[in-house]
Amino acid sequence: MSKKIKMNDEDYPTTGHEWDGIREYDKPMPRWWLYTFYLCIIFSVGYMIAYPAIPLLKGATPGLLGYSSRGEVSEHIAAVNAKNADIEARLLATPLEEIGADADLARFATAGGAAVFLTYCAQCHGAGAQGAKGYPNLQDDSWLWGGDIAAIQATIRHGIRNDTDEDARYSEMPKFGEILEGAEIDALANYILQVSSQEHDTVLATAGEPLFEENCAACHGETATGDREQGAPNLTDALWLYGGDLETITQSITNSRFGVMPAWQGRITEAQITQVTFYVHQLGGGE
Amino acid sequence: MTSQPTEPPKLFAAREPVFPQRVSGWYRRLKWWLMAFTLSIYYIMPWLRWDRGPNLPDQAVLVDLTNARFYFFWIKIWPHEFYFVVGLLIMAGLGLFLFTSALGRVWCGYACPQTVWADLFILVERWIEGDRNERIRLLRAKWSIRKARLRITKWTVWMLIAIATGGAWVFYFADAPTLLRELITGQAAFIAYATIAILASATFIFGGFMREQVCTYMCPWPRIQAAMMDEHSLTVSYRRWRGEPRGKMGKAEGDCIDCMACVTVCPQGIDIRDGEQVECITCALCIDACDNMMEKIGRPRGLIDYCTLNDEPLERAGNAPKAVWSHILRLRNFIYFGLWALIGAGLVVALFMRSDFSATVKPDRNPKFVMLSDGTIRNAYDLKVSNQTGENRIFRISIKTDDPLRLNLEGTDELKVSVPANGSYHQRVYIFAKPEHTASKVNGSPVRFWVEWVENGERTYVDTVFAGKAK
Repeated sequence: MSKKIKMNDEDYPTTGHEWDGIREYDKPMPRWWLYTFYLCIIFSVGYMIAYPAIPLLKGATPGLLGYSSRGEVSEHIAAVNAKNADIEARLLATPLEEIGADADLARFATAGGAAVFLTYCAQCHGAGAQGAKGYPNLQDDSWLWGGDIAAIQATIRHGIRNDTDEDARYSEMPKFGEILEGAEIDALANYILQVSSQEHDTVLATAGEPLFEENCAACHGETATGDREQGAPNLTDALWLYGGDLETITQSITNSRFGVMPAWQGRITEAQITQVTFYVHQLGGGE
Repeated sequence: MTSQPTEPPKLFAAREPVFPQRVSGWYRRLKWWLMAFTLSIYYIMPWLRWDRGPNLPDQAVLVDLTNARFYFFWIKIWPHEFYFVVGLLIMAGLGLFLFTSALGRVWCGYACPQTVWADLFILVERWIEGDRNERIRLLRAKWSIRKARLRITKWTVWMLIAIATGGAWVFYFADAPTLLRELITGQAAFIAYATIAILASATFIFGGFMREQVCTYMCPWPRIQAAMMDEHSLTVSYRRWRGEPRGKMGKAEGDCIDCMACVTVCPQGIDIRDGEQVECITCALCIDACDNMMEKIGRPRGLIDYCTLNDEPLERAGNAPKAVWSHILRLRNFIYFGLWALIGAGLVVALFMRSDFSATVKPDRNPKFVMLSDGTIRNAYDLKVSNQTGENRIFRISIKTDDPLRLNLEGTDELKVSVPANGSYHQRVYIFAKPEHTASKVNGSPVRFWVEWVENGERTYVDTVFAGKAK
């Protein structure tokens, strides 16, 4: 047994630190503390051998266990995929219209679809699918090419007006600036303001009506309510993809519009296409 | 010039073994009762049953981490009611302040698990190896069959207590009878065994080997308490004015006969006559030891006693000390008690005022609104209804707004949701404002969601807003 040293021993060595006359004794550590410290040192040596530790010019020393954090991520992803394999197979085997009736499938498709949407679709359509100028809002009840679940899937699978997919939906609006006179386009624009119940010049609108029947009705329909077969938007409702004011309508007629969307088949998996289809359909506008 | 041979410095200070001697007396009896009481609470609590109906667990005290529920007899706490736990923790903190300010380190001396288990381990040690002197002899003795037998028996009993301690802990987190069966048949989750192993080894090491070192070196509480005590705090102290000068009986003037009884019984290995020390947990065993000795030699009891610092000069001058109640009933303690009681009363009121179902509404903010083709503005909300009862319940949803706005629950034509027992249900909800409604043109029209229990009309509401297309 070592001799107990009294706390008030004046002769005991100090560290030399002093604050307002309070000096710090240079006392030894408790044994358990010291041994824990030694154990930590031994552990760190083993750790350095087993795990990546010492930074070199190109990466760190690999360590005997071959561990890497990226490898761990891959393992986790593989594990999640393996876990989801069953429900994914079930999702693919279920007709699109019946997914919603199965609560488990619906939850799986919605959650997975949201992730797919944020990864691939949100850049144009927005994180909340609210769209932007030229990029349709997917939450509303207006659909250019159809809003039932099969139509939505076809749009996602093949895209719109792209060069890469033969089955991509296609239509082309002529540039009426090359066909009609300026005054005619003015009249046409006022007619469109009229059918969409906005403020307009009545004289010009009356003049625009025969022009519309002649040039536009083939695609947008006699009543200007659009045609989903050709992706021709309804011009009578409150929603405008590019804008419903006179200036924007004149621009659209003069230069035409040509919205493009890539085909996703082949870029994302079949299950992902199904998931994101279901997700978009349940956002509030699906038919 | 003389040079002294210096010893090479040692890197550690070896623990001084402490062999607390058996003592009997008022405080020792109190401590036995408190030990029995606190240990019984700890070991028995998870086995108490409490009937909550068919869909809820029947364990009186259960922390259900998987389902994020906490059950305490008739009280159920959901994660959103965590403020109850926060309130209890604040009360525990203020309670410690109160007791420390009034009675010094009573927590350390009587109720701290480290003290209780170390006391229990010392009791086992004494039963198996004998009292202080025998234990000292045993430590110094060479290894023999007898020493090995005693040591192994002691360690085994310690380990059994330690395993029971760690084992009791996990029963608070799962149905105790089921878990016990699973533990014995080897079917319990790995985490259960790991928790028991960690807690058992901690109990074994802390209670058996580290003991007073936990208090002296590891625990921050002695330092905090030292800062909270003042000259009015009752604490175990030595009446120096009466005891000194100490010496053999009849040879010195003081009452202290330097018999070392107070030192030999001390589980912390200190000498109380050195004054207040950070090591002292105020277990009061030295009071019992000294009182016994004073009685034997025919001197008044209380050479070591619960005293306050500001009584010392009074007593030294020959006056009576202040009454004990005057130390306890003082402003500082009233403030602590007042705060403590205020929070407690608040929690009790909150407990009785809460409903057993609740709703939250989260307006969809991305996008804030959607315009439909006829110009109608639609807002979407995530409505969450929680049903804390043990039965499935149906709730009717309605809204109160300035304009007659239309409400629709996604996926159904009805305005009702069915919420499972002890669970919650998320429902996406739409509100539509026609172009002629003011709500469609301004941002932030008030909306009140009413959630009504169909069966008895009990209802609650959540306020939120409707976002229109502001010009």
